[in-house]
Amino acid sequence: SALPSMATPLPPPAPDPQFVLRGTQSPVHALHFSRGAQAQGCLLLFSGSQSGLVHIWNLQTRRTAATLDGHGGQCVTWLQMLPQGHQLLSQGRDMKLCLWDLAEGRSAVVDSIHLESVGFCRSAILTGGWPHWTLAVPGKGSDEVQILEMPSKTSVCTLKPDADAKLGMPMCLGLWQARSSPRPLLLAGYEDGSVALWDISERKMCSHVTCHEEPVMGLDFDPQQARGISGSAGKALAVWNLDRQQALKVHGTHRLTNPGVAEVTIRPDYKILATAGWDHRIRVFHWRTMKPLAVLAFHSATVQCVAFAPNGLLAAGSKDQRISVWSLYPP
Amino acid sequence: RPPCSMDPALSVVRLAVQEAVHILSSSEDGGHILSTLASLKRYLSDTENSALSGEKEEFATVHFSTLLRSLASKLSPDWLELLPGGRLEALWASFFLEGPADQAFLVLMETIEGTAGPSFRLMKMAQLLARFLREGRMAALMEAQCQQQMRPSFPVLREMLLSKVVGLPDHLGNRLQRENLPEFLPQNYFPLLSEEVLRVLQAAVDSLQGGLDCSISFLSQVLGKVCMHGRQQETLDVLVPQLTTLTNSSCLWQRVCWRLVEQVPDRALEAMLTGMVEAASGPEVLSRLLGNLVVKNKKAQFVMTRKLLFLQYRYTTPMLQSLLGYLAMDSQRRPLLVQVLKELLETWGSSSAIRHTPLPQQCYISKAILICLAHLGGPELQDSRDELLASMMAGVKCRLDSSLPAVRRLGMIVAEVVSSHLHPEGPPLKFQYEEDELSLELLALGNPRLMGDSASEAGGPSLAPATTETPTETPAETMDSKVLRAQPEGSDSEVDSDDEFIPYDMSGDKELKNSKAPAYVRDCMEALTMSEDSERWEAALRALEGLICRSPEATREVSVELAKVLLHLEERTCVAGFEGLRQRALVAVTVTDPAQVAEYLTSQFYALNYSLRQRMDILDVLTLAAQELSRPGRLKRAPQHSHPGTGTCCLLPLATAQPGSTAAPDWRVVVEERIRSKTRRLSKGAPRMGAAGSPNGFNSVAGYFFFPLIQHFDRPLLTFDLLGDDQLVLGRLTHTLGALMYLAANTTVAVPMGKALLEFTWALRFHVDTYVRQGLLSATSSVLLSVPAQRLLEDMPDELLEARSWLADVAEKDPDEDCRMLAVKALLLLEKLKDKLLTSS
Repeated sequence: SALPSMATPLPPPAPDPQFVLRGTQSPVHALHFSRGAQAQGCLLLFSGSQSGLVHIWNLQTRRTAATLDGHGGQCVTWLQMLPQGHQLLSQGRDMKLCLWDLAEGRSAVVDSIHLESVGFCRSAILTGGWPHWTLAVPGKGSDEVQILEMPSKTSVCTLKPDADAKLGMPMCLGLWQARSSPRPLLLAGYEDGSVALWDISERKMCSHVTCHEEPVMGLDFDPQQARGISGSAGKALAVWNLDRQQALKVHGTHRLTNPGVAEVTIRPDYKILATAGWDHRIRVFHWRTMKPLAVLAFHSATVQCVAFAPNGLLAAGSKDQRISVWSLYPP
Repeated sequence: RPPCSMDPALSVVRLAVQEAVHILSSSEDGGHILSTLASLKRYLSDTENSALSGEKEEFATVHFSTLLRSLASKLSPDWLELLPGGRLEALWASFFLEGPADQAFLVLMETIEGTAGPSFRLMKMAQLLARFLREGRMAALMEAQCQQQMRPSFPVLREMLLSKVVGLPDHLGNRLQRENLPEFLPQNYFPLLSEEVLRVLQAAVDSLQGGLDCSISFLSQVLGKVCMHGRQQETLDVLVPQLTTLTNSSCLWQRVCWRLVEQVPDRALEAMLTGMVEAASGPEVLSRLLGNLVVKNKKAQFVMTRKLLFLQYRYTTPMLQSLLGYLAMDSQRRPLLVQVLKELLETWGSSSAIRHTPLPQQCYISKAILICLAHLGGPELQDSRDELLASMMAGVKCRLDSSLPAVRRLGMIVAEVVSSHLHPEGPPLKFQYEEDELSLELLALGNPRLMGDSASEAGGPSLAPATTETPTETPAETMDSKVLRAQPEGSDSEVDSDDEFIPYDMSGDKELKNSKAPAYVRDCMEALTMSEDSERWEAALRALEGLICRSPEATREVSVELAKVLLHLEERTCVAGFEGLRQRALVAVTVTDPAQVAEYLTSQFYALNYSLRQRMDILDVLTLAAQELSRPGRLKRAPQHSHPGTGTCCLLPLATAQPGSTAAPDWRVVVEERIRSKTRRLSKGAPRMGAAGSPNGFNSVAGYFFFPLIQHFDRPLLTFDLLGDDQLVLGRLTHTLGALMYLAANTTVAVPMGKALLEFTWALRFHVDTYVRQGLLSATSSVLLSVPAQRLLEDMPDELLEARSWLADVAEKDPDEDCRMLAVKALLLLEKLKDKLLTSS
C-alpha cells in the first residue's frame, strides 16, 4: 500500500534548484538541451522566449553564449536540435519554422518553412533515416497534421480525422518508429482530451482513446514499454499503453492538486518524468510506478516547459522569466 | 452435659489435675514434673492405655484450660532448664498442640495478651502460637466448632473465639510491636485462615458424602467477620479461585458453598458480597458461588440491587458486569434485573440527580444501564417499554441542556443504545459526538454480542476494545488504476527498485488560491459585504487580519463598522478555518481600537436578535483582545510588517481554542497556573513578588470591556434570558468576566471591577449549572489575585467574609469535583492574603 507507515522517517525537504538562469527578460516557452558539437561536447541549453528570441546558454558559465532572433518578436514555442549537432529547429508563433546553422559560431537561418497554423501545437521530428528525416507540423485545416519529408520539404501526407470525430485541434505531437517495424507512427493529443495513434504510411488512425476532459497539452512516450503519458488543462495526468494490436488503452490516471499541465517529459533513461504546472510547480514522478517524488515550488508563475538533458539535468522555464535547473535522482 | 461432681470416676480426673497443678506450682524436681505431666497425657491421646472416654471428656471440658493456664504461668528459662535436652518444653508444648484446639487457642491468646513484653515468656508463647497455626490447629478449632453446633452451644464462648480468630493479627501486632512474627501479619494470616476454612469445608463435604449431617455456620461467621474487618481481599483472593474450581466439578461443593454464603450474618453481608463481586472473575463464577442468595435474602438483595448500584460508584466496569451478569443468569433473578434497569433509568432521567450527582457516578449509572440492556431481550422489556422510554427522554433532555460536554455526550450515547433496544426495528437514533475512550467503552458495553463473548471465566470479562480501528486508506493523491504498480509484462527493462527514489516532502502541495486579496482594509470590508466573487471574498477574509495589524490608522477610521461586518459575517462557501479567521480579525480590530470596538461589542451582547453563537463569539473576542492588550506579544503576534507576503499574524494559543468549545479556555489555565505558582512561592517563605511591571495596555480600556457586560445580566430580553434558558451563555459570561478581572491586574480600575464582580458572584452563587459555578469560582480567584490586598480589606471586607463562607461551603459540599477544587484554591488565596496582612502589619 502507498500509506506511509509510522516507522517511515520524515521525508527530506524539497530540494532547491541547482542554479537559476535569468536574463531572457521575457516568459520562457521552450527549452531544449543539446551537446553542442562545436563546443567540444559542452552541454548547451536552448531557451525560447515570448519575445521571439532564442537564447543559447552555456551551462558551465551559466551565461548566454548567443541569442538568435528569427521570429519577428513572436513567441518561440518549440526548439529541437538535429542529430548532427549544429542545426537547430525553432518554431514560432509567426507561423515560421526556422532551421539555424550554428556551426563554427554561425547563427544564420539556412532554411525556413511556412506553417499554415497559428495554433499552440509544437512540432515533432523523427530522425531514423538520417540524413533524411520526417517532420510533423500542424496542418492547414484546424484539425490536420502535416507530415513532411526533410530536408526536401516534400509533403508526405496530411492526417485528418474523420469529419464526424470532432477531435478539435491537435495540441501536441510525438513521432516515433517501432524497432521492429519500418513504419513511422504519430501520436497526437487533441483539443477534446483524446490521444490518437496514426500510421503515417497508411495515413490512417490506428487507435484513439479519450483520456482527459480538457485539451491535451503535452505528451511523451516510452517505446521500451510501449507506454506514454499525457497532461491536460485539467487536473489529471493519464498513463496509457499500446498493445500488440496497436490499440491505445488508458492504464491509469493520476490526480493533481491543481489543474493545468503545460508539458510532460520523460527523462531519457525512462526512470522519472517531470511535468510543467500552471500552478507554478514542477512535479516529478517515478515513471514505472507513477509514485510522486517531488513537488518543486520555485517559480512564481506558470511553468511553461520542462526538459531533461542526456545527463539527467532537469530544466524548467516559466512565465516568471526564469529558468530553473535541477539535479534530481542522478542516473 | 454438665459434669457431675459426685461421680467417683470423675473425681479421679479432678484429683489428678489438682495434683498436677500443685506439683507444677511447687516442685523443683524436673523428673517429677515430667512424670506427672506425662501421666495426664493419657487423657488426651488415643493410644491403648488411654483413659476412659468419660474421663477424657471431663478432662477436656472442665480441667484442660486450668491445666493450660498453670502450664503457661510456669514458663520461664529456669523452669525449662530443670530437665536437659528440652524434654520438658516439648511435653509442655504438646498440651497446647494436641489438646482441644479452642481452649488451647484461647489460653494462648489470653496469656499473650496478659504478658508484659518484650520478654522471654511472651516470645515463647508467640512462637507456640505460630506453631499452632503452622500445624493446622486452626482447622481443628473450626471443625470442632462446627461439630459442636449440633449440640447445645455456648454463645459467649463462640463469640469470643470468633473475635480472637479474626482479630489475631491485631492483638499480636499490638502486643509484639516490632517483634511481631511473619505468621501474624494480615497478609500472611488471612490467606492461611482461608486455607484452613477450605480444609474444614472439605471435611464437611466428606462427611456429607458419608451421609452425615454437618454444620458450617461457624465458618460463615468467620468469613463474615473477616470481611467486616476489611480483609476481603486477602481472604477471598485465596478462597474464591479455589471454590471456583471445586464448585465446577461437584454439586456437593456447590451446595456447601451456597450454604456458606447464606449463613453469613446479615450485618456482614455487604462486606462479603462486595468482596465476592470484586474477587469473582465473571458472572458465571458469581452465580456458582452465590446461588440464588439475592432472591432468598432481603439484605443481600438490597446490597446487590441498590447499594452497589445506586449508593456507591467506586466499582470497576468488570465488577458491574459480573454483578449484573449474575442477576441475568437465572430465571428467578432476571425479574430483579428488569427492576434494576427501571430504577437505574429513573435515576438517570431525574433532573435533580443530574444536577447533584458527580460526573463519575453518572458514568457509573450509565454503564450499568448499558450492561443491563445488553442482557435483556426485547420481550422482557416489552411490558415496561413506555416507562423506560419516558425516563430516558427526561434524562436526555436534561443532559442535552447541560453545559458540560461530558454530560451531554453521556446523554447521547445512552439515548442511542436505549432507543435501539426499545425499538430495534425503528430508524436508529443517531447523535453527533466526538468518540473518545469513554464513549467507545460505553458503546461496547451496550453490545450484547460482545458481552456474551467476553464474560469468560478464565480471563474474566475482558473489555476488549470493541472497535479496533481499521486504518482507513486515505490516499492523498489517488492513482485510480489497478495495475500501474505491476511490472509490465514482457518488459526487458531492468527491475529498478523504488528504494533509490525516496520522495521529497510534498506537504506543501496545496491548492493554489487566486491572488485576489485586497490590499487595503477598506477594500477588504467592501469585498466582504459586496463581493459576489467567492474567491475574492475568501481572499479578503484571509488577508484581513494582516492588513489590520499593518495599518492601525486606517483600521481606526472604520473600526466599528468593520467589527459590525465581521460580527454579522456568515460563511458563504465552505472556507477552511472560517471561524478562526473571523475571530482573529475581530480580535485584531478590537486590539487596534479597543475603546470604540469594545463599546460596540458589549452593547451588542445584550442587544436583540443575535444568536447565542454570536453572543458567545463576542465574549471570546473580548477575552482574547483583553489578553493581547494586557500582555502584548503574549499571543505571539509576529512583529508587524515583517511578513507582508504571508500576511497572517498568528494568535496563539488562545485563539486556537475552538470558539464554542466549552473546554477550559486557556486563560483559565493561566489563572490556575498563577495561583499554583503563587502558592508555592509563599509556602517557601520567599518574598512575594508583584506581577511583572510591564505597561498594561488594558489599563485604560478595561472598563469599556467589563462594566457594560456585568450591568445587564439580570434583565431578560425577549430572545435572550441569561438567568433562564440561556445558562450556557451565562457560564461563558462568568468565565469572561473572571478573565477580564484577571487581566486587569495592576490597573486602577481593578478595585471597582473587583467589587462589582464579587457582587455579581454573590447574586449567582447558588446557580444550578456547574459551568456557571465554575466560572464564579474562578472569577473570585481573579478578584483575589488582581485587586491589591490592602484595597480588598479596606473597600470590601463584608464581601470577603461572605465569599469566604460561601467558598468553604462549596469546597465541602459541591457535587462537582472541579468546583470543589476551584473553591479550595480560592480559599487558599484568601489564607495567603490574611497571612500577608498579618505579617505586614
